[in-house]
Amino acid sequence: MYLRPKTLNEAVDALVEPGAQVLAGGTDFYPALGERWISTPVVDITTIKEIKGIAREKNEFRIGGGTTWTEILRTPLPRCFDALKSAAREIGGVQIQNRGTVAGNLCNASPAADSVPPLLALDAQVELVSTSGLRRVPLAAFIVGNRKTLRTAGEILTAVIVPHAVENASSAFLKLGARRYLVISIAMVAAVVAVDERRRVHDARIAVGSCSVRAQRLSALEPALIGAPVGAGLGAIAMPEHLEPLTPIDDVRGTAAYRHDTALTLVRRALDLCAGSC
Amino acid sequence: MAMTEQQHLSLAATTPISFSLNGRHVSVLAPPIKRLSRVLREELGLTGTKVGCDAGDCGACTVLLDGEPVCACLIAAGQAEACEITTVEGLPKRSPVYDKLQKSFLTHGAAQCGACTPGMLVAATALLEKNRAPSECEVMDAIGGILCRCTGYRKIVAAVLEVEANQGAHDSPDAGHAVGNRLVRLDGQRKVAGTETYGADEIPEGALAVRAVRCPFHRARFRFGNLEAFISENPGIAAVLTAKDVPGENRYGVIPKFADQPVFAESEARFRGEAVAAVVGDADVIERLDLARFPVSWEELPPLMTIDDALAPGAPRVHSDREENVLVCGRVVRGDVEQALAEADAIVEAEYETGFVEHACIEPEAGFARRVGDTIEIQACTQSPYMDRSDIAQILGIAPEAVRIIPTAVGGGFGTKLDLSVQPFVALPAWHLRQPVRMVYSRTESIVSTTKRHPARMRLKAGANRDGKIVALDFHADFNTGAYSSWGPTVAARVPVHASGPYYVQHYRALTRAVHTNLVPAGAFRGFGVPQMAIAQEQVYDELADRLAIDRLEFRILNALTNNTPTVTGQVLGEGVGIRACLEALRPRWRAARKEAAEFNTNSHGPLRRGVGVAGMWYGCGNTSLPNPSTMRIGLKRDGRIALHQGAIDIGQGSATVVTQICADALACPIDRFDLVSGDTSVTPDCGKTSASRQTLVSGKAAYMAGQELRRKILRIADACDSAKLVFVEGHVEVQDGDRDRTIRLADLPLDDYGYVMTAEATFDPPTSALDENGQGIPYAVFGFGAHLAEIEVDIELGTVKVLKITAAHDVGRAINPTLIEGQIEGGVAQGIGMALMEEFFPGKGENLHDYLIPSAGDIPPVESILIEDQSPIGPFGAKGIGEQAVIPTAPAILNALHDAIGIRVRKIPATPDRVRAAILSAGIIGASRA
Repeated sequence: MYLRPKTLNEAVDALVEPGAQVLAGGTDFYPALGERWISTPVVDITTIKEIKGIAREKNEFRIGGGTTWTEILRTPLPRCFDALKSAAREIGGVQIQNRGTVAGNLCNASPAADSVPPLLALDAQVELVSTSGLRRVPLAAFIVGNRKTLRTAGEILTAVIVPHAVENASSAFLKLGARRYLVISIAMVAAVVAVDERRRVHDARIAVGSCSVRAQRLSALEPALIGAPVGAGLGAIAMPEHLEPLTPIDDVRGTAAYRHDTALTLVRRALDLCAGSC
Repeated sequence: MAMTEQQHLSLAATTPISFSLNGRHVSVLAPPIKRLSRVLREELGLTGTKVGCDAGDCGACTVLLDGEPVCACLIAAGQAEACEITTVEGLPKRSPVYDKLQKSFLTHGAAQCGACTPGMLVAATALLEKNRAPSECEVMDAIGGILCRCTGYRKIVAAVLEVEANQGAHDSPDAGHAVGNRLVRLDGQRKVAGTETYGADEIPEGALAVRAVRCPFHRARFRFGNLEAFISENPGIAAVLTAKDVPGENRYGVIPKFADQPVFAESEARFRGEAVAAVVGDADVIERLDLARFPVSWEELPPLMTIDDALAPGAPRVHSDREENVLVCGRVVRGDVEQALAEADAIVEAEYETGFVEHACIEPEAGFARRVGDTIEIQACTQSPYMDRSDIAQILGIAPEAVRIIPTAVGGGFGTKLDLSVQPFVALPAWHLRQPVRMVYSRTESIVSTTKRHPARMRLKAGANRDGKIVALDFHADFNTGAYSSWGPTVAARVPVHASGPYYVQHYRALTRAVHTNLVPAGAFRGFGVPQMAIAQEQVYDELADRLAIDRLEFRILNALTNNTPTVTGQVLGEGVGIRACLEALRPRWRAARKEAAEFNTNSHGPLRRGVGVAGMWYGCGNTSLPNPSTMRIGLKRDGRIALHQGAIDIGQGSATVVTQICADALACPIDRFDLVSGDTSVTPDCGKTSASRQTLVSGKAAYMAGQELRRKILRIADACDSAKLVFVEGHVEVQDGDRDRTIRLADLPLDDYGYVMTAEATFDPPTSALDENGQGIPYAVFGFGAHLAEIEVDIELGTVKVLKITAAHDVGRAINPTLIEGQIEGGVAQGIGMALMEEFFPGKGENLHDYLIPSAGDIPPVESILIEDQSPIGPFGAKGIGEQAVIPTAPAILNALHDAIGIRVRKIPATPDRVRAAILSAGIIGASRA
């Protein structure tokens, strides 16, 4: 069964079918399939207009779940989204950015999903819709493990919500990989730094990806940055102990020790980049 | 049965899907969830869109969807509904810029094997439609999602950047001026039009499909369940084949003496990915078959994973007749190495290790077979049609003459398509069932089951005297040759001949072993072990130079082989030893680059350090001390055109063009009068295999001789002297001999057995001699020489290495086609960069192109090629090989640059960021440690 509903209501109705899978950009769906043939119902949500595009609403930005990375790159957005845009540029090549969606990257929940650190740093929430209604979940809670989320089989991730709070903050995203294009991150860092009128940090969010089963914020480092003067040396505030919550693994891309080590470098550089553009 | 009847029906259900395809409305009946790439190729017949990975990792299937590039393998056919799709076939009509882009690709030599070319052209067109004058960075971003394994990307980037330049007509060179000409490759137009036929591009009417059942463990015993029941429970399956169904010998191998690989394992599978059975049937059924349900039970056995495992006392034998799991040993000994080392002024000892490297051809192995009476025809991608013919004959138990091999275009080979892949799996069922059978390897199947570059473990001790002269080298290497012999014997034999590098080494001992393990067979990969060896040897020589406080380049120049110094096998080449010229050609850039790097490092306050490294190379063309003849046939047709029957397989490197250039000038006939008859074993004589950098030398020489022979025959008929000029025109050959002009009317002459007015055939086998028990003798008639200079930048906090520039000097004897040679050099550099910095395959892990990394467009720096022409007395017009030569010096030059930049030697290659960073930390490099 292959359905291509035009509305969200039709889509969630179709998802009630046991075993039904959601298909959007296909950039994770087909690689996961490999040589197997699809034997489950497929609900293709690419023609649902309600879940596309980026809107500035009263208290928040709303990024439709079906928005592609190219659309994000082409939409003028405040500076706090610079990190997300940098991440968008690193998601596969242009071909992947033209098809891959925000919701797909989050629902696939790879530990190396490039969009997760920037969105975590933006305090993003996700909106999930099913036949039983709508719920909002903080992104930090939504991803629960390696390729595991709170999304139930009948739900569609319809939007990512970003509060206005740090709209004018500077942001940066750094990705470490063994080649220039089409590379899975060995480690990556997103930082959002907001400054007060005395040029001191009044809000800082740092998230690290590929260094634990799910990307996470550095909750010990963030308060340590509050009140720090913005300028050269901001990055130096980050210390190895701030990265203790990370639990990287050894894999074909690098060792755990290397990830721990370079994550700190990336955190420092991302903070310095933010400080440089404050 | 997992599926209910109803589900089965719904999966098979097709829906009409309507969209605009290349400007034309189409409606196709297909399952809407089927990948668009498959629907384009299989239902709509547009095979210009290539499939390289089915995972969005390679970008070969790039098409435009509403004007934006996408991977067609990631699009559900149903998603194309009401959209506008443009494939490579539709670009000419879509885009006014495309004609220029095609021409630019051709003149720049931007297409080699051509497998990535359609994707590249589609992506570049999309860029140029929006931006007629893109920057280099914008071009890189636009093609960054497409992998190329041949070109090193630089010529592709240049072709896009310079799309408005070079738009003049390309005149074909006059008679006698083809050699040395930057001729557009003769098969280029097909590659840029997307009309070239590769292994997967033709599906014979009524073809069945076959899939192999492969062992999921490194080593396992297995037992089949009820195969009959499996067949009867799955309508559409025609047969299951196992070892019992091999009518001839269930054994093949590229070197008959060592042939040990079964088509199907018989009771124990020796590596993960080895086939134990094949399922044949209707294509739709086979495609949807869940092979996890195939009735086989596995008993996992403890595998030998490393050289140490395999050599350990009491280790089980991978093959019962191979003691200590040693397949073969190699040995070259000259002088008294131990005494010389004891007396040397400076000694350096080192150990290096390298890993498996995957060829990662963009085209996975594919082809089909059909039975014609009592003969079998196999159309597949291959580097070695005549070897395929012998092996298939042996497997089917029929005469070689009953096997016809029809090679398709090859979408990348690099050595891996010398061995059989799909051929026995399609030949066996086609033979038994008398129906055509086709097979296309998935990317994963290609990675797990085909050969790799040998992992090497090398131990060296080298000595030099205060005067800077190298006096001795003691070299020991073990190669992990995996479960089957493949080209292990060749690697073990070739490396000891080369381990001195292109330098005079008086006292020498090189001992090698190829060791069996329960891993994927290691085989031929561009250089047969020499690239691994050069990584160790060239770094050790750098250390020796440092020990003696001699400039590293000057040290090499001082020790470079000359025409008159003997090699380590005692061979004195006499002429054509161009290594010194290559090294000296690097001198200006070496001095400037070292100065620039030193200045950068003095002024650098951040984490970046620069370094410069150099490495030399020599490489013997052709088989090591073994015959490897090529035969060329050339015929004069009644219409005054020339038919060249050339069986040298062009795997993208351009041999078909080079061989024709040579033949044209030998005959002194314009190359545009030539018609090529290529590759098919029923119509072309044996040109051996495309490997060992032998086609320009060996097949080129045969073409030269055949051309000369035909010229002599024509002159004889006209009773003209050697200097006469031949003019080939419609129906005539005019012979202009001083004042006496003759016209040979071709219609008046009888046709010979080949159907030509005149035919000439010539065979060339490079003169070599057997090596004695100490490896002394003449292993190769001709060597290619070269040296690379690498400039790099290291981020000492992250361990990442960026290559800034490669300057590559190669002695090619005579540059038959400089554009094609540059293409080989740039592609070799790209593979060398991969080998040095990122490429390592771990069997069982990352069997795809996103975990196994090859360089992308953004990883290849500008490459400056310097061509040295120190002519070989043997090669055609003095030419030597370049294919493998190009890859050898890059990795050691980069690794020497790494040491130059920050003083570390990474002992385990590739020098991935984590290994570089670990070496930096253990060396305690200033500025790299934490505050």
